[in-house]
Amino acid sequence: MTNHFQTYISKKTNAAPLAVFRIGFGLMMCYSIIRFWAKGWIESVYLEPKFHFSYYGFEWIQPLGNFTYVLFFICGVAALFVALGFKYRWAIITFFLSFTYIELMEKTTYLNHYYFISILSFLLIFLPANATFSIDNIFRKRSFEQIPNWCIDSIKLLLGIVYFYAGLAKINADWLLKAQPLKIWLPSKYDLPIIGESLLQQNWFHYAMSWSGMLYDLCIPFLLLYKRTRWFAFVLVVFFHIFTRVLFPIGMFPYVMIIGSLIFFEADFHKKIIAFIKKMIQKVIQINASAIAILPAYHLKFKKIILPIVLVFFMIQIIFPFRFLLYNGNLFWTEQGYRFSWRVMLMEKMGSTTFKIVDGNTGNFFYVNNSDFLTPLQEKQMSFQPDFILEYAHYLGDHFSNQGHQNVEVYVESYVALNGRLSQPFIDKTVDLYQEKESFKPKTWILPFNDD
Amino acid sequence: MIKKIFPVVFLVLSIIACSSDDNTITTPPNEGGNDVVFSRASMLRNFADNIIIPSYQELSDNLDALEIAKDGFIAAPSQPTLDNFRAAWLTAYKSWQRVEIFDIGKAEEIQLNFQMNIYPVNTADVEANVSAGFYDLSSPNNHDAIGFPALDYLLYGVGATDIEIIEKYDTDPQAENYKDYLSAVTNRMKFITQLVLSDWIVNYQNVFAASTENNASSAANKIVNDFIFYYEKGLRANKIGIPAGNFSSTPLPDRVEAFYNQEISKELALDALNAVQNMFNGISTVDNAEGQGFKTYLQSLDREDLADLINEKFNAAREKMQLLDANFTTQINTDNTKMTEAYDALQAAVVLLKVDMLQAFNIAVDYVDADGD
Repeated sequence: MTNHFQTYISKKTNAAPLAVFRIGFGLMMCYSIIRFWAKGWIESVYLEPKFHFSYYGFEWIQPLGNFTYVLFFICGVAALFVALGFKYRWAIITFFLSFTYIELMEKTTYLNHYYFISILSFLLIFLPANATFSIDNIFRKRSFEQIPNWCIDSIKLLLGIVYFYAGLAKINADWLLKAQPLKIWLPSKYDLPIIGESLLQQNWFHYAMSWSGMLYDLCIPFLLLYKRTRWFAFVLVVFFHIFTRVLFPIGMFPYVMIIGSLIFFEADFHKKIIAFIKKMIQKVIQINASAIAILPAYHLKFKKIILPIVLVFFMIQIIFPFRFLLYNGNLFWTEQGYRFSWRVMLMEKMGSTTFKIVDGNTGNFFYVNNSDFLTPLQEKQMSFQPDFILEYAHYLGDHFSNQGHQNVEVYVESYVALNGRLSQPFIDKTVDLYQEKESFKPKTWILPFNDD
Repeated sequence: MIKKIFPVVFLVLSIIACSSDDNTITTPPNEGGNDVVFSRASMLRNFADNIIIPSYQELSDNLDALEIAKDGFIAAPSQPTLDNFRAAWLTAYKSWQRVEIFDIGKAEEIQLNFQMNIYPVNTADVEANVSAGFYDLSSPNNHDAIGFPALDYLLYGVGATDIEIIEKYDTDPQAENYKDYLSAVTNRMKFITQLVLSDWIVNYQNVFAASTENNASSAANKIVNDFIFYYEKGLRANKIGIPAGNFSSTPLPDRVEAFYNQEISKELALDALNAVQNMFNGISTVDNAEGQGFKTYLQSLDREDLADLINEKFNAAREKMQLLDANFTTQINTDNTKMTEAYDALQAAVVLLKVDMLQAFNIAVDYVDADGD
């Protein structure tokens, strides 16, 4: 066993695929930051709200006022440096920290693909992605033909986990037996040309999409791994992601996955890409590449530290999505252990949640107008997620206590509809949420899910 | 290599081409064996032709009558001419309850709702305008000094008795100023209503009916959002919740609609609820015929259960409202519990509209611009 492991770890492979991956990743991230900025989302998500929803344990991470722009600028520049392979190690560390900080500032915009970028950039810190075809090569006057094989495998593994776990999550009764939530989502895209009023309205098509989506997610990592099915798999990847992009507002995610899955191709393919880019560059500037010594193999420094970190990282990735098993109740309803588990586009859930501020002594009360405190996006997300509801209840409790209200108690009347079922009461309205604390323990004030 | 990439590129391009293509597809009959043949276009057509435009037309006619009654009153202020004016005001106010929902198109652009029915009226601003003798009623600063609430004050609130009120327009040193203000307010109401009505007829009717896409700026989505927003804010909160003190530490009985009239706040609220329910059921303002509406939309999505439930909640809310005093101020001061019960009954439908109906239509609650997963 240890022998097998040792041989595997010392196995070498060509450095080109990782270099191409680095370039694609860096450019896409740089573009993502520019896109986010250009759409005015820095203002609407981070600067305009009076109050930000935080992740448990990360409440100290808050937007930085106008320095938030600086943070985005740093993040974008770091991504560009990653693409160029310029001061790669510093660039990727900076990117990981700034990007992760940005995501932790506001829970409302949580997306699995942001989480994916965070952990992928963490992994990239430990990989020699600048071994070849990087500006670092020019300055250090050396580049490397080969890198450890596991470096590329680790990225494949991470992509594989994302797909496979997304597929596992789709194995549930609503998705497979009721074709929900696609039965709600697809017919509402009636304004798409050609398929909108025809295919998307068909019952069989909802089921076909549900089942093929599940099978696609489960199988695609393996189809990409095997050389014989690789091109077929890649065509599927492109088709699947473009199709979902047409149907749903999913931003950069499809492109990240399409470009990311190129890593499964052989080194020759990537060498051709590099050769092509080189030719383009040579047209603009002449770089004297002859001064760069090409060394056969890159030797990992700090191998004794890096390998255990990567191993633990993957163990966490494999185990963490199963933490929902520790909680009772319906996962989609309580969402305890829902996030960070590749549950992507999996349910249609909406809520209406109103807060009642009660004077504990007199019983006098009034209702809160949520739009006085929250943006529409925040209100939408808060309305059906228990941890948001609790955090907001505390914010309201503090706010009204500071205003001079006495004996403040915060109660909530919440109704939530899941996957097309009739809405039903979500939170126990007799519980003063101002007294409840956030923790990893089960939230007893979530009412049980009633599935007829 | 290029040969291998080509099909992929072709596939991508063809999908992108499809997605940006802007063909309108004629709606085929509904699949899935539903009884109701529904299309969004026919729903919007029904709203425009049979509900919205006739309602504006009725309001416009009633404002014409209001102006005639007003002219009669200022020509010879007396109890009969005052009574006549008040009756015309009430008729017009009741027809206003049918159009406040439609905050779309020209009405949205010129903020018709803000100019017609912001209450409580700011009486200090009204009096200041009257004394000054000059004013720009199109200014947003005057939104709370014009419209039906301003007339409510001018017809019922400027004096303690009818005799005192008539004196204001007759023997009062500022009588001419009061008369001018009455005319200015009435003219403004007529003018902006006419603006909206003629825009609907000349221009917007077909634009509205054709805008069936599922995106933030389409008429189909906006009218759904307007409907829910009006029900939640214009009806539930403004007419019942705010005066009953649901959003404040103590009740605010002077915040009721038509506060100075003291007799019709319930009548107006019931009219508003009827307007909401009629629109939900697609019932024509002209002949009460049932056409395409949110109800048939839900039925076409196999959610008849939800449509029925929503109608049940509307009916339950109406029953609770009918228990109230004709004057909500009196009701709040004597037994506010009945008011909050009416509020709760109205709120029960908010959940079904905002959560269940929006989920069934799969429409964004408001203009939320963000990526999804």
